[in-house]
Amino acid sequence: MGEIPWLSIMTFLPTVVAVGLWFINDEDPDVVASNVRGGALLASLATLAIAFGLWTGYGIFNHFDPATHEFQFVEHGEWFGKGGFAYRMGVDGISLFFVLLSAFLTPLCILASWTAIKTRVKEYMIAFLVLETLMIGMFCALDIVLFYVFFEGVLIPMFIIIGVWGGPRRVYAAFKFFLYTLLGSVLMLLAIIAMYYQAGTTDIPALMAFGFPRDMQIYMWLAFFASFAVKVPMWPVHTWLPDAHVEAPTAGSVILAGVLLKMGGYGFLRFSVPMMPEASAYFTPFVYGLSIVAVIYTSLVALAQTDMKKLIAYSSVAHMGFVTVGIFAMNQQAVSGAIFQMLSHGVVASALFLIVGVVYDRMHSREIESYGGLVHRMPKYAAVFMLFMLASVGLPGTSGFVGELLVMVGAFQANTWVAALIATGMILGAAYMLYLYRRVIFGEMVKDELKSILDLDRREVLVFAPLIVAVLWMGIFPMTFLGPIEASVANLIENYQAALAAAGSVPDAHALAAR
Amino acid sequence: MADLPIMMPAVPEMFLAVAGMVLLLLGAFAPADGAERTVTKLTLVAMAVALGLVVFVVSGGTATAFGGMFITDGFAVFMKVLVLLGSLMAVLMSREYLAHEGIGRFEYPVLILFATVGMMVMVSANNLMSLYLGLELQSLCLYVIAAFHRDSLRSSEAGLKYFVLGALSSGMLLYGISIVYGYTGSIGFAGLAEQFAIGGQAEIGLIIGLVFVIAGLAFKVSAVPFHMWTPDVYEGAPTPVTAFFSVAPKIAAFALILRVMLDPFGPLIEEWRQIIVAIAVASMALGAYAAIAQTNIKRLMAYSSIGHVGYALMGVAAGTQDGVRGVLIYLAIYLVMNIGTFACILSMRRHGDMVEGIDDLAGLSASNPRMALVLTAFMFSLAGIPWFAGFFGKLYVFMAAIDAGLYTLAILGVLASVVAAYYYLRIVKIMYFDAAAEPLDRPTGRSLGLVMVVAALLVATFIFYPGPLVNRAGEAAASLLAG
Repeated sequence: MGEIPWLSIMTFLPTVVAVGLWFINDEDPDVVASNVRGGALLASLATLAIAFGLWTGYGIFNHFDPATHEFQFVEHGEWFGKGGFAYRMGVDGISLFFVLLSAFLTPLCILASWTAIKTRVKEYMIAFLVLETLMIGMFCALDIVLFYVFFEGVLIPMFIIIGVWGGPRRVYAAFKFFLYTLLGSVLMLLAIIAMYYQAGTTDIPALMAFGFPRDMQIYMWLAFFASFAVKVPMWPVHTWLPDAHVEAPTAGSVILAGVLLKMGGYGFLRFSVPMMPEASAYFTPFVYGLSIVAVIYTSLVALAQTDMKKLIAYSSVAHMGFVTVGIFAMNQQAVSGAIFQMLSHGVVASALFLIVGVVYDRMHSREIESYGGLVHRMPKYAAVFMLFMLASVGLPGTSGFVGELLVMVGAFQANTWVAALIATGMILGAAYMLYLYRRVIFGEMVKDELKSILDLDRREVLVFAPLIVAVLWMGIFPMTFLGPIEASVANLIENYQAALAAAGSVPDAHALAAR
Repeated sequence: MADLPIMMPAVPEMFLAVAGMVLLLLGAFAPADGAERTVTKLTLVAMAVALGLVVFVVSGGTATAFGGMFITDGFAVFMKVLVLLGSLMAVLMSREYLAHEGIGRFEYPVLILFATVGMMVMVSANNLMSLYLGLELQSLCLYVIAAFHRDSLRSSEAGLKYFVLGALSSGMLLYGISIVYGYTGSIGFAGLAEQFAIGGQAEIGLIIGLVFVIAGLAFKVSAVPFHMWTPDVYEGAPTPVTAFFSVAPKIAAFALILRVMLDPFGPLIEEWRQIIVAIAVASMALGAYAAIAQTNIKRLMAYSSIGHVGYALMGVAAGTQDGVRGVLIYLAIYLVMNIGTFACILSMRRHGDMVEGIDDLAGLSASNPRMALVLTAFMFSLAGIPWFAGFFGKLYVFMAAIDAGLYTLAILGVLASVVAAYYYLRIVKIMYFDAAAEPLDRPTGRSLGLVMVVAALLVATFIFYPGPLVNRAGEAAASLLAG
């Protein structure tokens, strides 16, 4: 190889630092806490620097080539001896930005927890760094068993984060999160094993090219779906999400919404569609149905929430409904839009959870009723909230608009009815977000305990600044992101159509089902 | 001169048996106060030497001794290494406990040593007779050490229960052996394999004999429905004895099952596979559900071990080389996880007394973060969550099951593993999420702490060097099926 294995360095750097942090001990817990915070922040910033370097090709890094759909920065090593699973890493246009998103959000999480987490700071930071390793590793893995290890390993730090630093019902939420997602994952594991015996390899590019028999695709697709649908989450297996979001500490919610939900969408794009194209076509109406229900139903549920975090959690389910429609609409605009929507949601939902976290840190309440008239005391906060609220609604000029528009355009080509139905979700989305904003920010400030609330301090501004830049950049110059995605998506769709054509069926799933 | 080389394959067993007798004499005639310490140390040395003999002298190639009754092959070497490591660790972990409880006697290490000889004979048995011989040598020693805490009612009860049920199972096994002999006229594995290989429908009487043999062996690995003794014996026996029970005898019994089922009875796989599948499913399900309600950690580990036996049996049911490899990997990892977990349990003291309640662990993450972290690693590993070693153990047996077409078994297995994950997580929850109970004492013994940390490092970093174990297990499996 001879090249520097940047992906591995980026993946394992946080864990190596985390192991080092474990040995920081001092009589004074404050000394430990401040050292640990600093160390964790530096490690996550270094990781971000590598991720950024790989994207832009700045300085010593190789440039990510946006023109090709091939995996880049590929690394290959022995792992399980001969004939077994191997250690393979690499990124393409689909995974590149998810890696960036993970590396981007982790330092913000650490910064956002700077003062909010006061107990067991060391364990908290270690959990986040390990989590970062697992997330980045998952998006980089090019061996399906390696992918699974990272995919399921994520549960461990997340379980600890929710359970130790969470709210009053944290134990219930942590268990529900863990067991729900584990149940889906183990079925996927069996499908992975079956694929291994069928194809004789666990190399992801090789599996994509393999072409499994149709009957087997159906079963495998269902097993993978069990795992990814829980992760996305799709209706009706979304119920762990509101619980986990509400009970998790702010930074935990950010990672959950920002990255963990994307693991499901990424899984569909990386495994379900390319490896099981016929089954994907067969099940497309099924996915459409669940997505439409998710978009409309959870939007209505969000409208009725009294807890801010829960409202945003339900809005996440609705937004991810757009993503699943986009992925299975299977044309250039829809899939690019779905990926873009995931990235945008990763930034916007994270920001919204941080926004809730800001007032929660001050008032220790997430109830909408506890607030009102915050604009009088917190003008900066109101402005930031408004930007992200509008981004969530999909205002042109913000990232949310680009993703939703592309998905709608793509979905319209695939199926007009689906597009029409999910469009109602955009209207409902505007309704519940504006309603939330009015109740929290506007009106008279009547509650006495709010009278002394403080506006954003410098650390909080520092947390929001990169998010604001990201959301506007993505809205105004979307081609920065869509460009590198394009080649990989085009290749994905081309292979998908070719596989369907080879199987002698048309992409129209209804015809397929009717036969 | 001509006779000597034929003994060679059995040298480690012979050495260990002689060492055991010497140590027994030494203990009986040495001055009473220092006897126990000396014998314990020498037992460790003897086991280490036996380990060296197994690894360096008898390994490499297949050889038989005593007219074909005793066999040494790659498979036997692999299993003997596991058994000896398990026994070594058990003796190492017992010293402190026995001294503390005031029940330290020199017979204890010697009994473990003799049990180990029995297990090694089991592993190398190539004849239904030597199989029974090894099994009984092992079992008789185990009955005694289960009741080693003579003044404790629970320990005596455990020993008695184990003895009565164990004798019953031995009887069943012997009955099965006699029926098999009656129908085939042969008790050597080679002879049996020759007869079955001819093919044709197996006679119904022979099947009955086979069922009895399986029942006897299933008792020894505590597979459902022959598991009833396990929770009581695990709870009642002194804790280091429980640690020993949960690893070495199980590994030896699995060696027996693998060899008996795949070597002589291999051609009858369609007959016995359904039995193994049924007991595997029952063990996984019972292990998962019954453990949920437990409050005593030793009892919980008993049900956990029943569940793990179910997973390992999945590899047996596959009946292929991959299946054997899966079982071997599973047992090796299981050994490390269990030894580590019991090292943690042995460190649970409050005001100097042992405590065994799961709730006693509450708030351990604050009072003793290192032990909490280590125990958490073991729990996630036992639950089979990646990146810990336990996941790879499960992965390989599931691979074998899928390869053999046992899809339903595999699906039931993963579902049971989700249920089982709940109670392992519960321990993590108690340590990390719950408010602190009165803190446990700081662990005192160096050896326990060392065992704990080394085992935890192995479990947590297995992912970085899985190749050697997987390759060794693969070679061992190949040697079993070649023979």
